[in-house]
This record gives sequence, structure tokens and C-alpha cells, in this order.
Amino acid sequence: MSAAPHAIYIHIPFCTNKCHYCDFNSYVLKGQPVMDYLKAMDQEMARTVEAIPPQTIDTIFVGGGTPTVLEPEQMAYFLNTVKTHFPDWNPAIEFSMEANPGTTDKEKLKAMRDGGVNRISFGVQSFNNHLLHDIGRIHNTDDVYRSLENARAVGFENMSIDLMFGLPKQTLEVLSETLDRALELDLPHYSIYSLKVEENTLFHRLYQRNQLPLPSEDDELMMYQMIMDRLRSAGYHQYEISNFAKPGYESKHNTTYWRNEDYYGIGAGAHGYVNHARHINIKGVNPYIEAACKGLPRLNTFTVDKNEAMEDFMMVGLRMDEGASKTRFALQFEGRQMDEVFHKELTSLLQMELVEELPDGYRLSEKGILFGNNVFGTFVGALSEG
Amino acid sequence: MTELLTRQKKIRNFCIIAHIDHGKSTLADRILEYTGALTSREMQAQVLDKMDLERERGITIKLQAVRLNYKADDGEEYILNLIDTPGHVDFTYEVSRSLAACEGALLVVDAAQGIEAQTLANVYLALDNDLEIIPVINKIDLPSAEPERVKQEIEDVIGLDTSDAVHASAKAGIGIKEILEQVVQKVPAPTGDPEEPLKALIFDSHYDPYKGVIVYVRVVNGSIKSGSKIKMMATNKTFEVIEVGAFKPSMTIIDELNVGDVGFIVAGIKNVGDTRVGDTVTDAKHPTAEPLSGYRKINPMVFCGLYPIETSDYNDLREALEKLQLNDASLTFEPETSTALGFGFRCGFLGLLHMEIIQERIEREFNIPLITTAPSVIYRVTLTNGEELQIDNPSLYPEQGKIEFVEEPFVKASIIVPNDFVGAIMELCQGKRGEFVDMQYLDTTRVTITYQIPLSEIVYDFFDQLKSSTKGYASFDYELSGYRRSNLVKMDIMLNGEQVDALSVIVHRERAYNRGKLICEKLRELIPRQMFEVPVQASVGTKVIARETVKAMRKNVLAKCYGGDISRKRKLLEKQKEGKKRMKQVGSVEVPQEAFMAVLKIDESK
Repeated sequence: MSAAPHAIYIHIPFCTNKCHYCDFNSYVLKGQPVMDYLKAMDQEMARTVEAIPPQTIDTIFVGGGTPTVLEPEQMAYFLNTVKTHFPDWNPAIEFSMEANPGTTDKEKLKAMRDGGVNRISFGVQSFNNHLLHDIGRIHNTDDVYRSLENARAVGFENMSIDLMFGLPKQTLEVLSETLDRALELDLPHYSIYSLKVEENTLFHRLYQRNQLPLPSEDDELMMYQMIMDRLRSAGYHQYEISNFAKPGYESKHNTTYWRNEDYYGIGAGAHGYVNHARHINIKGVNPYIEAACKGLPRLNTFTVDKNEAMEDFMMVGLRMDEGASKTRFALQFEGRQMDEVFHKELTSLLQMELVEELPDGYRLSEKGILFGNNVFGTFVGALSEG
Repeated sequence: MTELLTRQKKIRNFCIIAHIDHGKSTLADRILEYTGALTSREMQAQVLDKMDLERERGITIKLQAVRLNYKADDGEEYILNLIDTPGHVDFTYEVSRSLAACEGALLVVDAAQGIEAQTLANVYLALDNDLEIIPVINKIDLPSAEPERVKQEIEDVIGLDTSDAVHASAKAGIGIKEILEQVVQKVPAPTGDPEEPLKALIFDSHYDPYKGVIVYVRVVNGSIKSGSKIKMMATNKTFEVIEVGAFKPSMTIIDELNVGDVGFIVAGIKNVGDTRVGDTVTDAKHPTAEPLSGYRKINPMVFCGLYPIETSDYNDLREALEKLQLNDASLTFEPETSTALGFGFRCGFLGLLHMEIIQERIEREFNIPLITTAPSVIYRVTLTNGEELQIDNPSLYPEQGKIEFVEEPFVKASIIVPNDFVGAIMELCQGKRGEFVDMQYLDTTRVTITYQIPLSEIVYDFFDQLKSSTKGYASFDYELSGYRRSNLVKMDIMLNGEQVDALSVIVHRERAYNRGKLICEKLRELIPRQMFEVPVQASVGTKVIARETVKAMRKNVLAKCYGGDISRKRKLLEKQKEGKKRMKQVGSVEVPQEAFMAVLKIDESK
């Protein structure tokens, strides 16, 4: 596969503040050299397309941080650099940008729209103001409604919101109400993630001191089941462990990751996967800017050998409802047959009823969805060790 | 020849015997330093304790030998061979090996603590070997030192004259010269004949990947040099000597070993089994008539199964055991299979510490992760048809209906404690099915208590309880005293309805219920939750006597979105997998390594 990727991930590492659970590569906006950063990304894009000339771009995803902390002019400048270096867009391109409620006035939304963005993913997390405050979000539910209204007003129709469950003090009732509010909005897409307490976060410190009142495991399980039931009866398709969409609104960009396909990664701390090599960019804002002026700002690059790539294919592919496809597997790995390569693993998983066979592959069973880590873990190291 | 005889008169072979912690290794270090075998710059604490494990635990496991040159006050130059000995009860066998290669022993006793149980055990061994014993009262610089009381104790209890006993402090370097002077004056020179055919005692050996088996010898008669043709008298194997050498303390090649010398032989010996510690080396052409008597071989008393976690490590494990056995004749092993654990070895050890050490060395030095089953002793089972079986593995225990009676090994346990703890000791021993034999005052404050206790109870968790119930003040020694009939039953453990042979234990009938309950509770804590509920049951015969449940894991989802960061997802899953590597799949249940030792980790007193 010497073809260039058809997908691009771009990272904007700035936020108005840091949420208590967040360990993403993000920095508080105040005093940051935003314009220099955007120029550095311009450089990185230039060097990237010089090394691997782009073909038709099918999806772009701008994540963060909070990309919508950019001022409208900065937003316009940034989107213009993207279009300059990656000019050939599929007419049906999916161009997503993450946004936080309260950071999206009409002017900015218009700049996004003009620059080609056609999908917005809002980090809403909850419709309970107390919970929002306790997890360190600065917006409230009114901001959510206003932001969505503004976005609709400037012509956005493909929108998604992120919600979280398993939050401290969150009960089934609180979550149920949040789901009511969320589904009332009748959006085409919802991402609903469970909280994971990560190191180097405020939550982690509280957790270690036993001061983080997380729901019990049983409650968390009931929450997840409630989410799946409610979304299904509202007509949404759970096309991935944490993602729900109306038919035709599945995120194409994320599907690229889950099919183990290539993508460019641009910006501080961004990951990319091009021609059997993964790279991670330098994470700090200033170090990234400096490095991008001199060359590709890589922190690390390593090749993924075929065995590891085949394992990855299963690990990410099984997250999807469409499952890990035998045909795509053979296509990506020069005719190798999934059934032969992973005979032992698949047999055992089928026997444990954690996966089920499809006409063209395998997917998690209903039980398997709850034990995804056990399933994915089966493939990790299956070929690359010993 | 007169030259050789003169030299022989200047040789002194001695060892140091002491209770653990009485300062034996420190004293050995000081002696090395004093005689210039090592400069202080080269000194690393406990030079003779080579193994990492020995340094970490502060104990000596393997004996080591070293040759020293010492110019005495009489103006003569002497050759001193110091053979280090282990102090722990498990290693009595090693002690007897070093004693057989010596004419004298330093008896080191802590000036504050006095005689302890192992001091006595070792000193009696030395007296049996007709060794000249030089009492050394160590740690006299401690504020709590009472040298006069300790000397009196030595006279009263052992019957040694202590009027010349050296007051020393190995730590502070006090009394070292006096000790060496007494070694020169009191320890007899070796008495062998240089013109007789070669006769040398193998007191140890180790395996070197380049040179093969290196044999440690003490020459009794004759001499040995490179080119000599030698014969091992027990195995009748002959070899040509390639190198001979001495321990200075690093192994140094020299021209020959003569009467009284302690050194090593390299003779291209490939097979571990060809040299037996305790065997006699002689001249192949002119063999000596009678081999040396060797020394008493102690049979293993504690047995357990050692299984590699990874089945593919089986052959490596066999090799590791073979190599360890080379330096440790008391270790025995033979292949066994377990339905739960697959292929492994039933290994025999001198005691629990010995078992732990072997297990740790295999994991560390050979990098083979292991599962160890709970230790067992050898039971004698007489069947109704009159047949007698020796059972060292509970899973081989016959059906109750076929058993006429069972006997188990008892030990005579001697415990020395300050008299404040007499009550605690008696309570502990009674709780371990012990039978009181005797109590004697060593002085006004310390007593020796003797009990008959089943060995299986000692193996179980006696040491830990002894330590905790006496705040560490007790010292303990035991010797096998024979077999007695007991009312024993085999208790099986079932996980998810499947019997796990490796978890079966033999227990006293009256204790089965309580122990079964505790084992089930412990297993419930140790076994991680699985995707299904796992019942943990203990049964005797067909009767379930205890039950616990490992609740099912409800979910294991990685729902967080990490964007394109697949390597991070991978790392998380690898971490999860790493944890599983320490687990053994038993039927449908993943059982962690330590669960197989769970029986040892329960506290019956609660």
C-alpha cells in the first residue's frame, strides 16, 4: 500500500481550562502563541505533502483540546491552510471539528462553515449542571442549547454530542435524564463514553485518596445497558462500542481508524499512520513550533510489522458493529486469510460466545461488547510474541 | 618430601559455626581483610556470601572456602583454610560437609544473646567430628553485651572450657588477631601422609559453563596436580586433571594440592552425576584401599510440586534443577504431572527456607516463572490389604476406604526463649498438635522447651507464628524423631466444580473444617473475578465442608476514545495481558500463581 492516506487528523491543543478527568494533550489557552502554532502546522502540512503527496481527501477531523477556542480570523486562516495543502476533496467529504458549548458564536461557526467544516461534535458530557461543574466543565446546559441553535442557524445539520457516564456522583436517574434531554435534540449522532480515571489528572489524585465517589461497577454496567437500550429504541444504530448514529451518519473518519486504515496526523501530539509506520508528534506547544520550522516535528516514529498490523486490525475492527471484515483483511495483508491467521483465537472466542461470525468476518456478541478488553487482548501479542 | 611435611605442619583448616545473625559472615570478612587476602578497598560486605540472595537475606546458604596466608607471632608463615558454613537449620547438611574438611571450628556466640538453638545443633555436629572448638564471644562492643554470662552459659550447657575464649567484635575489628593466633596454636595440623596414594574428600562442587564441573576437595593423603589421572570412588569414573587451584578468595590456579590443602580440581567433567559431594577422589592407577567415610546424608523432608507457568519452559526447568542439584546434593526432583498444572517436578527439600531459596533462584537466575504447590511431608499409608505406601503428594493419597491407618513424621523441636514467652510457646505448640517433652532453664531467664510436633505443622506456618508470638526472641531447631499414627484425611479443592489436584492437602480430621473454610476464603481473595461466577469448595471425600464464591466480573470495556492513538490502546491491553501471564488456566478458571500456596498464607488463629 503505497497510496497516500485519505484521512487527516489535526490537533489543536488549546482549551479555556483543563477538565478534571482530561489527560489529552491540551494546554490552557491564556498566553499561548496560537498564531505561531497555526503557522507551524502550516509548515508541517507543507512538509507532509511534500513527503507523501496527498490524493483525494475523504475525511478530516480537527480535535483537541478545543479547536473552537480559535478566534474567527484564526479559524479562517487555519482552515485555509488545510485547503491549500490538501486541495483535492471528495465531494462527499466528512469534515468534523470538535467544539465546546460556549465557545461557538455565530461568527466563528460561519468561519468554520466557510472553511469547509460540515460536521460538529460538541463536548456536552452531561445535561446536569451540578455534574458538569464537578467534572470541571465550564459550560452549562443553556450553553449547549444556544450553541446547537447557532450551529443550525449557520447551516450545520450533521452534528454529534459527546456524553459521559460513570462520573462521580452520577446515578442512573441523573444519566436517564441526560439521555432524555440528549435524545430530545434528535441529533443524527451521539458518542457516549465511560469515564476512565487516567494518571496525571485531578481525578486520579482524588481517586488515590479515596475521594472520588465513582458509581459501583454494577451501576456502571446498568448505565451502559440503559444507554444501549435507549439509543436503540430511539432508532440509533450502535455502530461502535461507544458510538450511535442514525443510518448514514456514522463517523467516516473514526471508521478509518477502526478499519486500521492510514491517516495523516498533524499538530502537537498528533498520531499518524502512514505506510506501515506510526508516528507521534512532539507534544508541547513551543517545542512543536520550534521543531516544525526545522523539519517534521516527530517525537517518535516506528514501523508496524505485518504481524502487529494484523493484530491491530482485529483489535480495532472488532469495536465496530460491522465487525472485522475478512475481505478487507485479505486486501490489507496481501491475501492472508483471517480465519487461518487467527484460527486459535477466533475458535476460542467463538466458543466462549464473545464473538459471532458474520458472512464476511466477526463481531462482538452481545456479551462480547461487555468484555471487549478480553476479546481485544486475545489478539494483542498473538502473532508478535514468541 | 621433608619440605612438604614442613609445609603440612603449617596448614590449619577451620570453619566458623554460629547461630544466624551472630556475626559469622562479618567475622569471615574481617579475617580476610586482616590477613590481606583482600584490601579494604576490595571488600564488599559479606565477601563469602556470593549469591545475591545471600547478601539480600543476610544469610549464608552455600558454603565457601578461602585460603589465607598468615604470619603468626611465632614468626612462622601459616596457610589457613577457612570454610564458611550456613547457620540455618535447613542447611545442617552443608554444615556437616564443611566440618568434615576441617580440624577446628570457631564457635561464635553473640555476647548479648548467648547460646541459641542452632548454636547447639552445630556445636554438637562439630564435637561429633572431633573438631577443636575455639569459643569466640562476638559483639562485645554492644552496650547489652554480657560476655561473662555467655561464657558461663557455654560452660554449663556445652561443657567447653571458656577461660581462653576470645572477646571479639567482628564489626569493630576487635579480637581478630587473637582469633588467628588461637587457630594457629590450637587447631591441629592435618595428619595425612604425602606418600600414600591420593585420597581427597569432595566437599562441594559447582558447574562452570566453560570448564564443566569444578570439584572442591580437601586432600587427606597424597597429592594432586594437572595431568594426574583420578578416579571417583563412588561412581568409578576416571578423569585427567586439567587444572588444580586454590581459593584466594578468587579461584587461582596453582601447581599442586598436597596433604591438608583445600582447593579445586578441573578435569573436564561434563556430567553432573559423575561427582558426588561426599565421595572420595583417588589416584586412578594406585587407588587407595578404603574411601573416606563421607558424611551423613540428610534426606529431604519437605516436598512440593514445581511447575513452569509456561509449558514450554519445562525442559529449561529440568536443566535449572540439574544445575542447582550439582551444588546442592540435598535437593531431589522427579517428573510428575498434574491435571491442573501439566508437567512439572516433585521436589524434595531440607526445609521451608531451602524450598523458598530454590524457588527464588530458579525464578531469578534462570528466569523461569514458577507455580509452587503447597509443601507436603512424606506420609506412610498402610492399606487394608497390608500394602504400605509412601505419599509425598496429596493428590496420590489413596481413597479413605482402602486405608487401614496413616502415619506422619514427627520432629523433636527445641525452642530457646526468654521465660516470659513460655506460655506463648506452649500455646503455639499445643495448637500445632504438639506434645510436651521437656523444659529446662539455661540460666535464670532463658529456657529450652522441647516438644514433639508433626512435621507437617512445622512446614505449615510454624516459623511465622513462632516469630510473631515471641517478638522474634525465640530460636528454634528440630530433628526428625520418627513416625506416629494420626487421624488424617485428604481435603480436595474444587474450582467451578472441577477438582484441582494441585490444591489438595492432607490435614488432621479435626482441623479439616476450619482449614477448608480458611483456604476457600483465601482463594476467593486471590482469584480474580472471571467472566462467570466461580464457586470455590473444599471437600473431604464426597462431602463439601466449605464454600465461597468468586463473583463474576460484570464488564471489561475500553470505551474511552483515544482518537488515532492505537499504540496507547495496545499498551493498555498489553498491560492487562502481562497480568495474565502470572496466571494458570485451570479448566475454565484463571488462577494466579500465589493461589497454589494459599494454604500456607492463612491465619488460623483468627
